[in-house]
Amino acid sequence: MSEYEERLQAWVGRPVGTVRTGQDPVNVPMIRHWVEAMEDGNPVYLDEAAARATGREGVVAPASMIQAWTMRGYAASVREDPAGPDELTDLLAEGGYTSVVATDSEFEFHRELVPGDRVSVEETVDSISPEKNTALGAGRFVSTVKTYRDASGEVVATQRWRLLRFRPEDKAEPKPLRPRPAINSDNAFWFEAAREHKLVIQRCADCKSLRHPPGPCCPQCGSFDWDTVEAQGEGHVYSYVVNHHPRHPAFDYPLVVAVVELTEGTRLITNMTGVAPQDVEIGMAVVVDWIDPDPDLSLPVFRPAENKER
Amino acid sequence: MSVLPGAAAIAGIGATEFSKESGRSELRLACEAVLAAITDAGLQPSDVDGMVTFTADTNSEIHIARNLGIGELKFFSRIGYGGGAACGTVQQAAMAVATGVADVVVCYRAFNERSGTRYGLGQADRPADVSADGAAYAWMNPFGLSTPAQWVAMFAQRYMYEYGATSEDFGRVAVVDRKHAAKNPAAWFYERPITLADHQASRWIAEPLRLLDCCQESDGGQALVVVSAERARDLPHRPALVWGAAQGSGNDQHMMTSYYRSEITGIPEMGLVGRQLYAQSRLTPSDVQAAILYDHFTPLVLPQLEELGFCAKGEAKDFVAEGNLEAGGRLPFNTHGGQLGEAYIHGMNGIAEGVRLVRGTSANQPGDVHNVLVTAGTGVPTSGLVLGADA
Repeated sequence: MSEYEERLQAWVGRPVGTVRTGQDPVNVPMIRHWVEAMEDGNPVYLDEAAARATGREGVVAPASMIQAWTMRGYAASVREDPAGPDELTDLLAEGGYTSVVATDSEFEFHRELVPGDRVSVEETVDSISPEKNTALGAGRFVSTVKTYRDASGEVVATQRWRLLRFRPEDKAEPKPLRPRPAINSDNAFWFEAAREHKLVIQRCADCKSLRHPPGPCCPQCGSFDWDTVEAQGEGHVYSYVVNHHPRHPAFDYPLVVAVVELTEGTRLITNMTGVAPQDVEIGMAVVVDWIDPDPDLSLPVFRPAENKER
Repeated sequence: MSVLPGAAAIAGIGATEFSKESGRSELRLACEAVLAAITDAGLQPSDVDGMVTFTADTNSEIHIARNLGIGELKFFSRIGYGGGAACGTVQQAAMAVATGVADVVVCYRAFNERSGTRYGLGQADRPADVSADGAAYAWMNPFGLSTPAQWVAMFAQRYMYEYGATSEDFGRVAVVDRKHAAKNPAAWFYERPITLADHQASRWIAEPLRLLDCCQESDGGQALVVVSAERARDLPHRPALVWGAAQGSGNDQHMMTSYYRSEITGIPEMGLVGRQLYAQSRLTPSDVQAAILYDHFTPLVLPQLEELGFCAKGEAKDFVAEGNLEAGGRLPFNTHGGQLGEAYIHGMNGIAEGVRLVRGTSANQPGDVHNVLVTAGTGVPTSGLVLGADA
């Protein structure tokens, strides 16, 4: 048994934290809130006469409220305990088991609580499992017994309580992919060339006019025959935007998207690199650069041309 | 001359409330709006024999017809291109009425555009369908250009560069919209005007567009009832005659991204619509007393003013700054508050405001309104109307 395992197993049979006494005695207002929230219409919780008719001496608290009487209140649930976590929690964190989820809770009730009862609870470790592989991650099941007592020390309820203390799986997911271009037979050639880092422009095979975005037919002469020319990769910023909202997880913001006019005369939508958003200007001379955001996608982007004024 | 001008009229208008979460189905919104419009026209559902909506609308004619007891339909037609369809629906209806194909045609648009599918979030995660429309996004989405605000911002940046317009010039459009909305109880921004300083302090969405340059996202429905001018004269309200109804798609037209034309500071498809409207109505810009101009984003209001002949190219910023768009100005504009101030119902609520202006019942009613020019979505194949009083 490892030293860590020994230190963990030494907790079996030992109490966790100290005995905690409820902040308020069992009382009707809290019972009223509870049964309203739970929509529990059983009259023995609020109606004295109905309770007596069942042989009880008066109203009783719902059994399942037992945990509520010793809770530390709302504030403690949202703020860290100034005393810090208990020693067992510390020890589990040392083993990397920093996350927690409750898995089981079994109660045994010995007597009903009545208004005026003062409830305390003591929690004792029953067992700590070896490390298990769970869907949430590797972890240990920590079983404890919580013993609830009244002011005279008599046991009113016991609770077998089981938590999974686990090592959270690494949540760092790969950056989402850029939105996919929809590829069809009219535009596939352009994206295929881009994968080879070639910026091409569709050209009419008959009248030789260039066009982008591409299409199956030349608007100048009506020809369906076309080929491509490789662009020089130079041009200037025709317009641009700086995107802030909404954000797509594939991109870093602020994101510059520009319309670049190539020296060949066609324009395309692209991104800018090597320049701060506030330094982008219409008319700025740019040259092509290539990015490979993922194995299936290469895109032409543009950066400012050095010593080139338009 | 065309048979269309003056042949048809909008006799009824009806809408749901405009909200951010209707809590009802889009079909129910459509039914409520259509029924309200029919009632406003003084007609019965069984009188309706034609329906027109957007291809983008999820509420097929048959569902509305069977829910409202409309019964048989002789004419049904749909218009594409998002908000560009708005005035086109009325053109379809007017043509159907003018040719005798149908007698009572309802145009409608209803959606939960805020609580349901939000157009403002864009197309980035649109499934890559390989139709020509789907493939068109291949030139934008991989570069992160995928929302309407971003598409419009590209035009706005070039417009600023060429004409010296500023963010404040766009902001003045928003201020007028919100000023008018502040007096319109049906507007989402009723009693909530803004200042130019508010506009300038609002955050960037897609530079050069700020938050307050962008219209709302809204839930709601709007319907309009179109009948012949002759029949409209026998119905309860003063008819809003359709003196002009036109569609337009420009050279090298794209959806919101016509960045490949020799110039991108104008809206040639809107110029095409305007020329048709003036020809049909035999009016000139000086005969138009009020305008409802599509304002999904403020920057494209400026070139609309230019394309429609209210001012020269590049001078819209001055036209706006001089206060011409105010309720008491030369061209009272978006007297309902526009889509920035009232609601974004894809331009259909603007047509209803055009009808109110002709009736004399706008919340910001200027005096002496005889002719109102209404436009539909910009950046897309679009449409427009000239609505007016009886000649």
